[in-house]
Amino acid sequence: MSLDTVKNAEQTPDAAQPWAELGLKEDEYARIREILGRRPTGAELAMYSVMWSEHCSYKSSKVHLKQFGEKKPDSDAMLVGIGENAGVVDVGQGYAVTFKVESHNHPSYIEPYQGAATGIGGIVRDILAMGARPVAVMDPLRFGAADHPDTRRVLPGIVAGIGGYGNCLGLPNIGGEVVFDSCYQGNPLVNALCVGVMKHEDIHLAQASGAGNKVILYGARTGGDGIGGVSVLASETFDDTKPTKRPAVQVGDPFQEKLLIECTLEIFREKLVKGIQDLGGAGLSCATSELASAGSGGMRIDLDTVHLRDHTLSPEEILMSESQERMCAIVEPDKVARFLEICEKWDVIANVIGEVTDGERLEIFWHGELVVDVPPRTVAHEGPTYQRPYARPSWQDALQADAPTAERLARPTTGEGLKADLLKVASHPNQASKSWITDQYDRYVLGNTVLSHGEDSGMIRIDDETNLGVSVATDGNGRYAKLDPYTGAQLALAEAYRNVAAGGAKPLAVSDCLNFGSPEDPDVMWQFAEATRGLADACLVLGTPVTGGNVSLYNQTGEVAIHPTPVVAVLGVIDDVTRRTPVAFAEEGQLLYLLGDTADELGGSAWSQVVHDHLGGLPPKVDLERERLLGEILISASRDGMIDAAHDLSDGGLGQALVESCLKGGHGARIVVPEGTDPFVFLFSESAGRAVVAVPRSEELRFNDMCTARGLPATRIGVVDGDALDVQGQFTVSLAELKDAHTGVIEALLA
Amino acid sequence: MTTRIGVVTFPGSLDDRDAQRAVRLAGAEPVALWHRDKDLHQVDAVVLPGGFSYGDYLRCGAISRFSPVMETVIEQAKLGMPVLGICNGFQVLCESHLLPGALTRNDSLHFVCRDQKLRIENAETAWTGDYSAGQEIVVPLKNGEGRFVADAHVLDELEAEGRVVARYLAGGNAADGYGNPNGSYRDIAGITNAAGNVVGLMPHPEHAVEPLTGPTTEGLGFFTSVLKQLVNA
Repeated sequence: MSLDTVKNAEQTPDAAQPWAELGLKEDEYARIREILGRRPTGAELAMYSVMWSEHCSYKSSKVHLKQFGEKKPDSDAMLVGIGENAGVVDVGQGYAVTFKVESHNHPSYIEPYQGAATGIGGIVRDILAMGARPVAVMDPLRFGAADHPDTRRVLPGIVAGIGGYGNCLGLPNIGGEVVFDSCYQGNPLVNALCVGVMKHEDIHLAQASGAGNKVILYGARTGGDGIGGVSVLASETFDDTKPTKRPAVQVGDPFQEKLLIECTLEIFREKLVKGIQDLGGAGLSCATSELASAGSGGMRIDLDTVHLRDHTLSPEEILMSESQERMCAIVEPDKVARFLEICEKWDVIANVIGEVTDGERLEIFWHGELVVDVPPRTVAHEGPTYQRPYARPSWQDALQADAPTAERLARPTTGEGLKADLLKVASHPNQASKSWITDQYDRYVLGNTVLSHGEDSGMIRIDDETNLGVSVATDGNGRYAKLDPYTGAQLALAEAYRNVAAGGAKPLAVSDCLNFGSPEDPDVMWQFAEATRGLADACLVLGTPVTGGNVSLYNQTGEVAIHPTPVVAVLGVIDDVTRRTPVAFAEEGQLLYLLGDTADELGGSAWSQVVHDHLGGLPPKVDLERERLLGEILISASRDGMIDAAHDLSDGGLGQALVESCLKGGHGARIVVPEGTDPFVFLFSESAGRAVVAVPRSEELRFNDMCTARGLPATRIGVVDGDALDVQGQFTVSLAELKDAHTGVIEALLA
Repeated sequence: MTTRIGVVTFPGSLDDRDAQRAVRLAGAEPVALWHRDKDLHQVDAVVLPGGFSYGDYLRCGAISRFSPVMETVIEQAKLGMPVLGICNGFQVLCESHLLPGALTRNDSLHFVCRDQKLRIENAETAWTGDYSAGQEIVVPLKNGEGRFVADAHVLDELEAEGRVVARYLAGGNAADGYGNPNGSYRDIAGITNAAGNVVGLMPHPEHAVEPLTGPTTEGLGFFTSVLKQLVNA
């Protein structure tokens, strides 16, 4: 078949096109014809099909995502908001921080190592494209049951991929989550977060303006990997002398990405670019159309100048290729020579592939023929919008009615029973030590890691002289969200917010990765609508704007969707990282205080899952004003040296927090159950808005006065002491026994 | 005059800025050296930092060893200039034949990052003078290919000549930093050449120089040692 040029498309209006195979709906195809006033060429069809896909266009989710803008809290910290590669937040002293969490779920299930590796690669380039030096990564992960045979295939590959790519890039991995639940059996969630730092004046945006400016593609050569759906088109266009099957999952090369990072940062330092965009999903189609769309509109590209790894690629494939480690920059003509020189220094291939024009069309040529001639906004920013139907699932009421009351789920009533359940919870893969996983990640590189794995948040120093730092925590409890997606999303935010504050940092902004099932299912769409509404409402109260993020839909196997899993990342700032608060109980004799109120809230709890394999009732209540107050107290106490340890209470409640803080510090604790409190509820309830802190005796008065003055309930529950966790009158469990229960669990299942 | 210690950046070097920071904290002036530049810019000593130079393509350190800067480093090392290779730098030193043996894939087949207990066996090299023989220290370790191997004859010779600089400490819990993390023969974590000026070390002393970011500050001694030796020379 000959090349499908614009001229050819005009002359053959009735030629059949594989729009359905490319995932377009009939009305979407009709709309493309209407926009262009003719049928699209093969290359145009390919571009529209990827850019209008759910992944790129957010067509099902954007009517709901709008709320993050509409309900945006007033914040002086936001420098760049939603819509760019990543949001940018002012953290003071002239520094700006950009961060974002994204999903790479589907590729990681198909090819765990490369899927997870390129997930890191993609998010790192997003951060780089804002002008920032990437300084840390984190990975919120969800897997099927820990003892399921397929988890043994998926988890080690994903962990090795994250380590293999991230370690090679020299980015410390400072936190994340690992959660097991059979609902993720066929749909593991691999989310990846990156944090980057820059000076305010270094912020770069993805836009192409200034007629005559050059478009430079640099980085890896373009190959046939990651083309996905477009291979349908490719196989129709070309003869059978070329490979027909190409992997739909991209293959990463972290060494190339490391060079790309250093090269790009040097280019930024010399102020050589007007606009920049990374190449991720939808490759060159996305980069060129988005750059042109966000700029003055016109761009001309000559595809023959793209460096190829495979010379048999068609223009459609070059436009669709998702080959990794590539960036696209807009450069003024007199700076091109220096730009190319820096690329040469770093052994990075770079080519001028086109220029910005004063027209309003994106024109792409192949062998001198025009193959794409489109208004770029219609590709990049004016895709379809769906108002998907949604409705509260018929089963939701029954699920919520199935509350884990003492009558329904047997609760331990003796000291021995409490101890047994404490050990069960602490040794369940969800609560057990994740060191077998996190020890495969480099947490030290760059020499600025202040807090990492096993802490409530990851914290890094961003200035050696002033000790300014930032911290990030990610959280998202799918069980809570299943019981009530509105509250579940708010709890995810509340927990991440609390985790950041527990380390001593002030929460500033949010990024989210919304992992859900199929939007075509009204039940799922209701979960999505509720979760976004809950999150937007909560962000408004807590004053933490959503700066960007990602939506991952269709996480389901057959009719069964995953638990709705909104993963929320909160970024905080701390003026002096030497004042940070770790979770470890490190000083004998320090007093332990429980902050907040404890109610009988076991719905969706770790205890109900581990001991009874039960999910029902309502998740813990959210009180956002209380979260804010608790956060303020934690931050003040940290700054003023009133606390030496703090641990947020979440999965597993107070019992689990005590286990972790004791083991981490190598000290036991003597705990007294407050009078009138049920010991079971005291140890296992997951009421939100709580933390346990260790207060030096010399600070007790001051700390108490502060809590009283601010109206935060603070109950003295014990003291750091000895080599056992001793819940007086109930049970004693030695640190050695706790350690045995808490460690080695993941290894035993997977190593 | 300030002592100048060069830190080489190869494409894919990762801990180069960290090594520079350690040099600075030890009181010397760090000088960035570029792999394509043969000129060592009048440095008094050289650190080859950790990372994945050239993406570990072919074999770890195999390509770096042929880079222009290494021609001069090899030449100067043979004349007595102190050279410390950390992690990937150790691999480069072995590939350059400045040190014997090789670093192979960890026996666990996993990358491992942990705080590692070591015993300093030789406190008389250019890089270990500030320690005492038998001193135990904890520094981070992070590698995928850190298993030191050599034939029995070479190992015996290293032992006999006191050229094992540091050993992983056996006994105790792995979680507490004990034990051999990668299957290195005879628990070897670092070795030196016969003259004592070239040292290769798999763990990362440059990540144990500040209480804020390291498990200890017990790695700083490598950098203060060389400084003292250079000032006294």
